[in-house]
Amino acid sequence: MGIKSKAASVTFDHVTKIYGEHVTAVDDVSFVVEAGKLVTLLGPSGCGKTTTLRMIAGLEMANTGRVLIGDQDVTILPATDRDVSMVFQSYALFPHMTVGENVAYGLNVSGMAKDEAKSRAEDGLKLVGLSGYGARLPSELSGGQQQRVAVARALVLEPQVLLFDEPLSNLDAKLRRQVREEIRDIQKNLGLTAVYVTHDQEEALAVSDRIIVMNNAVIAQEGTPRDLYEKPADLFVADFIGDANLVDVQIKSVSGELAEVEMASLQLSLPHRGLKSGAAHAAIRPESFLVSTDQSSEGISGTIGKAVYLGNHMEYLITTDLGDLFVVASDVVNTISPQTGVKVTLASHGVTLVGN
Amino acid sequence: MNRTVLLWLVVGWIGVLILPWYVIEDGFWGLEWVLDGYPFDTDYGPTWAHLLEGEKVWLAPIPLFLLLPFLTGGRIKSDPLYSKILIVSGLGGLSYIVIQGFIVGIAGWEYTSLELLFGPLGQKQYGLGYGAILVSAAFLFFTTQGIAARGAVNGDVFVVSSIGFIVAIVGAFIFFPVSQILISALQDNEGVYSLGVFLEKFTDKKIWGLDCLYSTVGCGAAWNSLFLAITVGATTTALGLVFALVATRSGFKYRKVLRALTILPIITPPFVIGLSIILLFGLSGIMTQFFGDVFGIQPTRWVYGLPGIWIAQMLAYTPIAFLVMIGVVEGISPSMEEAAQTLRADRWKTFTTVSLPLMRPGLANAFLIGFIESMADFGNPLVLGGNFDVLSTEIFFAIVGAQNDQGMAAVLAFVLLCFTLTAFYAQRRWLGKKSYTTVTGKGDGGTHALLPNRLRWPIYTVAFSWTGFTIVVYCMILFGGFVNTWGLDHTFTFKHYITAFSVNWTDGGLQWTGAAWDSFWTTISIATISAPLTAAVGLLTAYILVRQTFTGKDLFEFGTMLSFAIPGTVIGVSYILAFNVPPIELTGTGAILVLCFVFRNMPVGVRAGVAAMSQLDKSLDEASLTLGANSWYTFRKIVLPLLRPAIIAALVYSFVRAMTAISAVIFLVSAEYDMATSYIIGRVENNDYGLAIAYCTVLIFVMLAAVLVFQGLVGERKMGRREPEKTITPASAKAI
Ligand SMILES: Nc1ncnc2c1ncn2[C@@H]1O[C@H](COP(=O)(O)OP(=O)(O)O)[C@@H](O)[C@H]1O
Ligand SMILES: [Mg+2]
Repeated sequence: MGIKSKAASVTFDHVTKIYGEHVTAVDDVSFVVEAGKLVTLLGPSGCGKTTTLRMIAGLEMANTGRVLIGDQDVTILPATDRDVSMVFQSYALFPHMTVGENVAYGLNVSGMAKDEAKSRAEDGLKLVGLSGYGARLPSELSGGQQQRVAVARALVLEPQVLLFDEPLSNLDAKLRRQVREEIRDIQKNLGLTAVYVTHDQEEALAVSDRIIVMNNAVIAQEGTPRDLYEKPADLFVADFIGDANLVDVQIKSVSGELAEVEMASLQLSLPHRGLKSGAAHAAIRPESFLVSTDQSSEGISGTIGKAVYLGNHMEYLITTDLGDLFVVASDVVNTISPQTGVKVTLASHGVTLVGN
Repeated sequence: MNRTVLLWLVVGWIGVLILPWYVIEDGFWGLEWVLDGYPFDTDYGPTWAHLLEGEKVWLAPIPLFLLLPFLTGGRIKSDPLYSKILIVSGLGGLSYIVIQGFIVGIAGWEYTSLELLFGPLGQKQYGLGYGAILVSAAFLFFTTQGIAARGAVNGDVFVVSSIGFIVAIVGAFIFFPVSQILISALQDNEGVYSLGVFLEKFTDKKIWGLDCLYSTVGCGAAWNSLFLAITVGATTTALGLVFALVATRSGFKYRKVLRALTILPIITPPFVIGLSIILLFGLSGIMTQFFGDVFGIQPTRWVYGLPGIWIAQMLAYTPIAFLVMIGVVEGISPSMEEAAQTLRADRWKTFTTVSLPLMRPGLANAFLIGFIESMADFGNPLVLGGNFDVLSTEIFFAIVGAQNDQGMAAVLAFVLLCFTLTAFYAQRRWLGKKSYTTVTGKGDGGTHALLPNRLRWPIYTVAFSWTGFTIVVYCMILFGGFVNTWGLDHTFTFKHYITAFSVNWTDGGLQWTGAAWDSFWTTISIATISAPLTAAVGLLTAYILVRQTFTGKDLFEFGTMLSFAIPGTVIGVSYILAFNVPPIELTGTGAILVLCFVFRNMPVGVRAGVAAMSQLDKSLDEASLTLGANSWYTFRKIVLPLLRPAIIAALVYSFVRAMTAISAVIFLVSAEYDMATSYIIGRVENNDYGLAIAYCTVLIFVMLAAVLVFQGLVGERKMGRREPEKTITPASAKAI
């Protein structure tokens, strides 16, 4: 006996949520999460991620629009009646029940026989690597273990959709990496539909099939991790994902797929992505700069403002005509000290035109 | 058909078909009615029997309303007709029951206009009985299910039903009776509305007279009460603060003992303290005699009047102020004070600029409680009042005295209510919605700053002298029961205990021959019944207040907290006025006492629950909901088990208050249901101090035992050892 999946898709159809009278937390949002995929809601704090997730769970009700799970319209169905489970940021383990009782709780509620609920709970704990911990109280586990109990408790119900609200934010950096891999493995192996909320772009890139970037209650962009990283739709996404440098450029002409672009003293050919001639922006990844101390070489002149040694790479802040550039260099042997004059050029990748 | 609807349909039809519709004079549970002409006797009949005999035809529509919900069979919840049917049936049925209850009374039509319109009725009806209660409950819950089906509070039937239930009972047992005071105040003795009569009574010199300012005649009761209440409120708050500071911010070794000692007066009926003041300072009191013998000071009656009441009330209510203050004083996060100190503030500056301002809500609450308790206190003024008239005793004498003037009692109660409600309102205004809670749930591990030196010694002095005084007072209570006649004959005797609590072992078994047993057992059983009910209503209300959002929640909160500001005396009078006649006839029963306690003490349960529940992370409930449990299951399995400490607090407090209450009880006791406190007051009025004191001592020990029993019954909250130690949220940090 194992844990199976009844994965179903989630559809948001022009959903709006207004708290009280004035706070619009989610504004006319539509998206589809396909069955069996892990989709991340990514965005800065307060952008409406948690609210979106809670509307999928049925803990908040949409003011307008429809929410569907699979083919069923669940817009006004309360949490109790939805086949969805959720892993909370605080884990929300019931402190007065043992780990086993916590995991079996949902099974007992659904009327399953005690014995079967118990053995299923044990299966769930095994899945997250905690077999044998059933008799302990949650307070007798470490943070990472508590987190996994919370996952097991949600998993054993074999929900149509599994929700995670910043599940790793209470863990330290190392554990965070490990647990997120585990969550992703389980999700893939069982073929679960999962919606995952985070504000950490690295985490989102690491675990997702698709990412929905939210900003100010609306969707800024959605796509695969690669899409978002390489083809940000706007300045916000470019900035939020991968700390891109945003610089002003002029599009001189457009022909075919490419645009001729003038960036300070550099001339570049970049995919135009639908932009017309005129002023535009370019998003440049920090690792896409080439820095040379040779003053006579080609490139944009600049001065090193700050240099930070980070073990496996260097971070520079370089003052140029384009503004202050944030640059990551892999050369940690020949480091450049502050106040040195440099020439900056661009690598062939990691530069993208972005509209406003 | 929906299972909950079906359940209430069954309940409703039992109410119509089986149970007697009207209240049964000899008591329902005696079950004598079953063999005594049921179902066709007019006193005992269920609805259908009345109707078959062609009597009480106005009951006929009720079964019809109860047929409607059958139409929901086969419909799903989201069907608009489903909710419409339930609401029409529920609201219609309920309104009909209420309206017919008010327009047909013991003398036929209640309103002469109806008599003129329809002619005399020739029939009458009594108060509603169990049949009516079940049917009304069914209608109420049909309504709430209908409202829930329309999507209110996320369509949660349990929550909507709870809100409906609490609104209904608070309406019936607080707002309805209190509104009767207003109505009575505006009526003359024939029941005719008359503003003139009201104004005449309202402006009576006995209420507002100011003679004491320029003559030896006493002032009006309103001024006396107001002056006393402000003084007591201020002094108890100050003393409470002093004790709270000693308990939390002094290095004093025995502060735990000090703390336990200050709790003692809470399990003491308030007037007992007045009694022991008499034993100390009365004409034949020990101190009086001592000063008379040693210094030749003539004994006077100085203690009867303002000074005596003031001292007694201070002794009685300082512990409550202390409990409020300590919650707040402990709740101030030490890191606040430590932060101030790292910002170069010395201890005195820290205390005056950080600690004291953060105590503001505690001070406001403590003052309000002292003010209201003093206003409502009945026992001490009765025992010690002398010529110092206060509102609460005046109300009592207006009703039981030779005057028997209910209208006057209503006017006095109205004045009293105005004072307390004004204080209640002012306090809420003053505190506003600002949050003063500094408890974060994160153990920040600091320690409270010690008291600055210039405060320490004054505070110690006050605390220790007061403690000494309290100990003396309690010694009086303990010994007073063992002497023959206080002040005259101090020989040791058991005779008071024997008179009150003797038992005889005869052939027929144990015989409770003591004079006090009747009232003793009544008190115990009424307190035991009302304590869990109070806790249940209080915690349910707290759950709704903390965990649910719905339109009108502010009003809901205000309504449930309001009864706290209504003095017991007022509740007592209003219950007599409201529940003496149909539709709800309760005077002379035990039920009226239980109800009175439940609604008097409900705010205590609410506050204990609110404080505890605010500490439970909301995600626990939500986790349970997303795991498929409904909110009723969540409430039982998650919220309640984690609320054990709050349950204990609510149980203990409501039990103790039911045992010690006097102000409302004195109006509601009957020959059959006499309570300990009113029995004791009766003994005191006959100058039978020995027996009264002996009885009080027994009560104190019983309450002490009860506290321990409750603690054992409810048990400890099971949680692991690494549970971060959360400080108790000050119960009073929110405006009451
Ligand atoms: N219960 C609530 N009442 C009022 N406003 C709320 C409530 N919950 C969230 N908000 C507001 O809605 C917006 C979105 O919140 P949330 O979904 O929690 O953001 P995120 O999870 O992305 O940080 C925020 O501006 C927040 O202040
Ligand atoms: Mg969030």
